Amino acid sequence: MRNKTSIMVLLGGLVLGGNAWAQGAPAATPAMLANACAGCHGTNGVSVGPSSPTIAGISTEYFVTVMTAYKKAEWPSTIMTRIAKGYSDDEIKAMAEFFAKQKYVAAPNQKADAAKAKAGEKLHKEFCDKCHEKGGASSDDGGILAGQWMPYLTFALEDYESGKRPQPPKMKKEFDVVVQNHKKEGLEALVHFYGSAK
Amino acid sequence: MFTVNRRDFLKLTGGAAVVGSVVGMPSIARGAGQKVVVVGGGPGGATAAKYLRMANPNLDVTLIEAGQKYVCCFLSNEVLSGERTLESLQVGFDGLKKHGVKVVIDSVVGIDAAAKKVTTKGGQSFDYDRCIVSPGVDFKWDAIPGYTEADSETVTHAWKAGPQTTTLQKQVHAMKDGGTVVIVAPANPFRCPPGPYERASQIAMYLKKNKPKSKVVILDAKDDFAKKGLFIQAWTKLYGYGTPESMIRWVSAADGGKVEKIDVKTLTCSGPTEDFKADVLNVIPAQKAGHIAQVAGLVDEKGWCPVNKKTFESTKHPNIHVIGDASDAATMPKSAYSANSQAKVAAAAIVDLLAGKTPSTPSYVNTCYSIVGHDYGFSVAGVYKLDEAKNSIVSVEGSGGLTPMDTAPENLKREVTYAHSWFDNIISDGWM
Repeated sequence: MRNKTSIMVLLGGLVLGGNAWAQGAPAATPAMLANACAGCHGTNGVSVGPSSPTIAGISTEYFVTVMTAYKKAEWPSTIMTRIAKGYSDDEIKAMAEFFAKQKYVAAPNQKADAAKAKAGEKLHKEFCDKCHEKGGASSDDGGILAGQWMPYLTFALEDYESGKRPQPPKMKKEFDVVVQNHKKEGLEALVHFYGSAK
Repeated sequence: MFTVNRRDFLKLTGGAAVVGSVVGMPSIARGAGQKVVVVGGGPGGATAAKYLRMANPNLDVTLIEAGQKYVCCFLSNEVLSGERTLESLQVGFDGLKKHGVKVVIDSVVGIDAAAKKVTTKGGQSFDYDRCIVSPGVDFKWDAIPGYTEADSETVTHAWKAGPQTTTLQKQVHAMKDGGTVVIVAPANPFRCPPGPYERASQIAMYLKKNKPKSKVVILDAKDDFAKKGLFIQAWTKLYGYGTPESMIRWVSAADGGKVEKIDVKTLTCSGPTEDFKADVLNVIPAQKAGHIAQVAGLVDEKGWCPVNKKTFESTKHPNIHVIGDASDAATMPKSAYSANSQAKVAAAAIVDLLAGKTPSTPSYVNTCYSIVGHDYGFSVAGVYKLDEAKNSIVSVEGSGGLTPMDTAPENLKREVTYAHSWFDNIISDGWM
């Protein structure tokens, strides 16, 4: 009976480990990998702020895109490139699938200015909503903007504006118009619009 | 519902033969009645208790902590400069209760590994199937002649946040302009390796604004320290380091910084080549695993707890897992984030072990921020994996490391906001 148990455990390891098992140690589970992020990004990826973004509920595609960009140092960061370099492509995918399944929770009690949020809503509808659908609440190719932490959004927009963070061509076209016509106030208005979402 | 514990269950149903069936049981009964007792409510213990219940809500998890509230050490240096209140470092245990953790406020006085029983000062006892010990650090009071535990009421260590943090803050704020704050930094290994140097920076930030003729002197038992290049660069930019007017002076062991004797009456530290007279003296003693780990026989000759790095199970006593500062988890530093990460690895391993499964492959992370001036912060990060053959935690090649030298000011400013996010999230992740 004891042998039977060992075999069951061994088989379990083989099934769970997949290809990685053949290379040595079995792969860490998605939860094991993802839980290590929670000290900065919150339990199950729901950040309590103020500037680490919530990563719960974002699409697997966006998570993989972002982590890969950090890993290759193609996106600017303070700490994320150092962390992303610690994970294989398979591990990044496993974490992506874990976080995609988690429930997104909008940042509570952010101080969004109502007038700025209204101006931001107008800009969003004109320039952003084609891709960042549902007022920025969807996450297909992009991150969830609605209810995201405002300091994080500010950093991201600063990095787009300075050119440090690359944009897809379609986004750059719209973004450049916003900056040209509405200056910093336009970007700030967008931050307040997204930050005002519940 | 099962109300019997696993051992009783095995007895009732004929012993080990049933283990295979336990693995295959529906999840509602998985682990029912199995008991885990967590000793210590800091970032290690609290996080472990929460993640045990998240992974298996059938586990009976009891956390025992001496204080009604835990006072976080991390970011407590901000209290010294006046940037943060001590209250903001306090966290209670109601959040853990919402996760179904039974919280007991009492001091653990004994852990009987043979009987699998924890006893408390209040006369309570708790049986366990698995025990997690996360007691933090204790001090080596005999390390420097002339300095005793009783002295620390006035000549503080302030290396466990609480009343001593307030005492040190008041002493610095009451000091005359032109005074000298002396910080005695310990030998490795110790809790929060960059902490003494962040402390010097936070005090200097306060002095620069309020008492600009004053100095901070660090007397060190070492010739090197965590994030040294970044600290020196920051001190040079902010506090005149390297000039005769420098607000901060660091005296390495090689330069005579290793204190051999302390006179607490005159606040004088004697080194091999020089005596240092302080107006405010802060002594961070050398450290070892927390008291209960010593009492329970979990430590080695160096004073730390050797563990299996995959599960954090003690190599001294089975069924007891030691996490956080008390464990010998090198190469991870003794930090709150390490404790948080190790808590999750240990919790996952315990859930597997109690279900009769082989523990899964661990993955560990450390991140740690230092705030050294207004809008000036930097960090260290590490992603780690297990080398099972060597029972060693190793850094994943190419990952981790420090904020680069000469980082642009806007990024140093961002690191401060990320440090504060780190603080809010690690508390939420551990206790809420």
